[in-house]
Amino acid sequence: MLTYNTLIVLVGTSLLGASAGLVGSFAVLRRRSLTGDALAHAALPGLCLAFLVVGERSLPAMLFGAFLSGLAGIGCISALRRWTRIKEDTAIGIILSVFFGAGIVLSRCIQNLSVSGSKAGLDSYILGKTAGMIFQDVVLIAGLAAFCLAVLLLFYKEFRVVAFDPSFARVQGWPAASLDLLLMTLIAVAVVIGLPAVGVVLMASLLILPGASARFWTDELDRLLVLATIFGLLTGAVGTLISTRYSLLPAGPIIVLTGTAWFLISLFFAPRRGAIARWMLARRVHSRLGQNKLLNLLHDLSEPSWPGESAWTIEDLSSRKSWRPGQLKHLLQQAVIWGLVEFSGTGRYRLTADGWQKSAELARNQRMWELILTEHAEWSGCLANLEHTGVQECVPPEFYLQLDRELRERARYPKVLVQEK
Amino acid sequence: MGREDLLAFWTIVAGVLCNSACAILGCYMVLRRMSLLGDAISHAVLPGTVVAVLWSGQLVGWQVFVGAVAVGILTAFLTQALANFGNVPEDSSMGVVFTSLFALGVILLNQYASQVDLDPGCVLYGLIEFVPLDTVSWLGMEIPRAIFMLSTVAALTVLFVTLLWKELKIVSFDAGLATAMGISAITVHYLLMAMVAVVTVASFEAVGSILVIAMLIVPPATAHLLTDRLWMMQVLAVASACLSAIIGYFLAEYWNTSVAGMMSVVAGGLFTIAVIFAPQHGLLVKAYRKLQWTVRIIKEDILAVLYRVEERGRRDSQETRLEREKCVQFAGGGLLARLAIPLMQSRGLIVDAGDGCLALTDAGRGGAKSLVRSHRLWEAYLEKHFELPRDHLHAPASRMEHFLGPNLQQEISEELEAPQQDPHGQVIPQPDPPDVA
Repeated sequence: MLTYNTLIVLVGTSLLGASAGLVGSFAVLRRRSLTGDALAHAALPGLCLAFLVVGERSLPAMLFGAFLSGLAGIGCISALRRWTRIKEDTAIGIILSVFFGAGIVLSRCIQNLSVSGSKAGLDSYILGKTAGMIFQDVVLIAGLAAFCLAVLLLFYKEFRVVAFDPSFARVQGWPAASLDLLLMTLIAVAVVIGLPAVGVVLMASLLILPGASARFWTDELDRLLVLATIFGLLTGAVGTLISTRYSLLPAGPIIVLTGTAWFLISLFFAPRRGAIARWMLARRVHSRLGQNKLLNLLHDLSEPSWPGESAWTIEDLSSRKSWRPGQLKHLLQQAVIWGLVEFSGTGRYRLTADGWQKSAELARNQRMWELILTEHAEWSGCLANLEHTGVQECVPPEFYLQLDRELRERARYPKVLVQEK
Repeated sequence: MGREDLLAFWTIVAGVLCNSACAILGCYMVLRRMSLLGDAISHAVLPGTVVAVLWSGQLVGWQVFVGAVAVGILTAFLTQALANFGNVPEDSSMGVVFTSLFALGVILLNQYASQVDLDPGCVLYGLIEFVPLDTVSWLGMEIPRAIFMLSTVAALTVLFVTLLWKELKIVSFDAGLATAMGISAITVHYLLMAMVAVVTVASFEAVGSILVIAMLIVPPATAHLLTDRLWMMQVLAVASACLSAIIGYFLAEYWNTSVAGMMSVVAGGLFTIAVIFAPQHGLLVKAYRKLQWTVRIIKEDILAVLYRVEERGRRDSQETRLEREKCVQFAGGGLLARLAIPLMQSRGLIVDAGDGCLALTDAGRGGAKSLVRSHRLWEAYLEKHFELPRDHLHAPASRMEHFLGPNLQQEISEELEAPQQDPHGQVIPQPDPPDVA
């Protein structure tokens, strides 16, 4: 079912996606995503000039021209930022639109000069045309992809420092500016080989999407780079396959939308950093804190009559602390399910044996914190560790025993636990 | 007017209207550092337009504006939502949103090409040349249809900015203050984005999105280099946008090329001129100011060294002159130092004292005295307050001496209780007593 032509295009777009994903990750990390967009737009006049100079459609010459004018655009952006009061975003916008305008002017001139045919060739750089890819193009893409990979491996340590902390890199004496330029050169290479396939406007997303998607799956740079490369490769391959399956659809936009789809999947479903995972974590934390608040309250109310029975209505509980609407009811239901609280008839709730045990431990913890904050302020630094709110995990054993003793001396020790000992 | 002139006239009018509307709104985008959101919106309105055209069956209709405004606001909103909700850096989220929407637009266009009379290339770089061809009769005149739409939108823009002038101004410069004063920065933000989307879509057919982006960003940036006042910035932005339209049209005629492309190139040219020649923030003025400082410092260095020579001469050798070559070296060498000497001679600060040597005149001595006083006062001040070693005092004092005026000298002197000597034991020259008339 795969024809030779499809195979060529498939390999080409996959390699393209992989190399764009790899170098694009650094752009994403350095908050330079839109520089890639500017670079892609700025490449157009170089493309046309090379055509005018060489006088025919020679791919290497045109790509080299595109590369040079793309880099010139980047140079202008940093010059504007350094020497004028123009801010970076405005500089990017200026270079992007003016260079692109110049490219359109030149391409129209070419159209007027030539007898026929070449107009279509230049137009395809604006929206991209994968179908025209031939074996030589794939070899070129593969070569440049290998070049990007080699440079990245060679300067891996340097890029790593510059990507995360450019000022640290400068202070440590790394040539941060040159490394930045090298990185931009790599991005320019990726952009230039991508232009014929996906076009000027959509090139930016090939740089951004794999890196931004991979960012949801990992916190480590090496893994991020590997994942971004794989994502880019798969995006290119799957997008191409979809567009050949439905031959009406243009490949460039389909590849981009494939990448977007994967980005959205990562955004929602990635473990730990994904939106759903973070939402669930937040819910768990909320619910745990709510339970603790409820149990603490029940304990404080019931403790004086212990070991006698005491049961409380919802109104008793809701008047003593502030709750969000419906929260108290929900928490009580949850506590009943977990067997910490039981229904005692006549609309009242009381602690079960398990509930007594758990709430007394919480109360002990709470009172120890109170003691630390009022009497032993030198230990209040322990509060900074919010992951562990248990006093026992936060302080040395001998101090814990001291707190235990002091609570007993002040008759603040939960009665349930006093008996136990 | 012949037919040719009429075509040129209407094309330029279309360019002027569209460019001015963009330039007015663009000022706020540039000031709020949101230039690229304009870029993003003008790409992203493509799918909205296509859907609206499919819905209404024609290219100009209120549905198109509804679609555009919806997508424009959606772009601004999604960019923000991805950044907040997904922890994605803002630039990446913007890049993801607008390229995805644009890709969607291109696919929709391809799918419904037979039903939608829009060509993606035309959307990007427009065919302003064809504006005058599609005309309607109005008051007995043949007026291009696009002119009606563009002038409505331009008027709407002016109205928008006039009505919300105060709010826009305060939100652009201090969003925090605006919120504290009860002006909803978010509402103003989304209103602005909606206006940008309206202007984009109105200009779509006529001039293409690349010109919209150029005009949203480049003329406001040009104006920003030329002035520090908001209303002046708006005026200058509109002026430079109109100028780009007119010059761009004629250059494009001359070379027979894309008018929209040429207009953005001309806007870029005007911007370059502003970068170099702007009266306050231009590169030339900055370079001139730097040169002035350098020359002043060189002159002062030469005066100071001659003063020290005189001072030493009074103590022992009786020599009050210094060779020209040594003066040059002391002032850092170089061409500027060499040129400064004849300049100072002509101003009567130093004189040629024979044997290729230079000496101070009375006028020169006055300036030199003040400078050496600054130097030695600063050394004394550093010694007292910073506990620096003796040999570390001279270098900072050589830098500071150029910037201490009589008032600061007076203050330091009072602070140190009118010292007579610097930490090295040199006499601090006292200022001349004021003339009593």
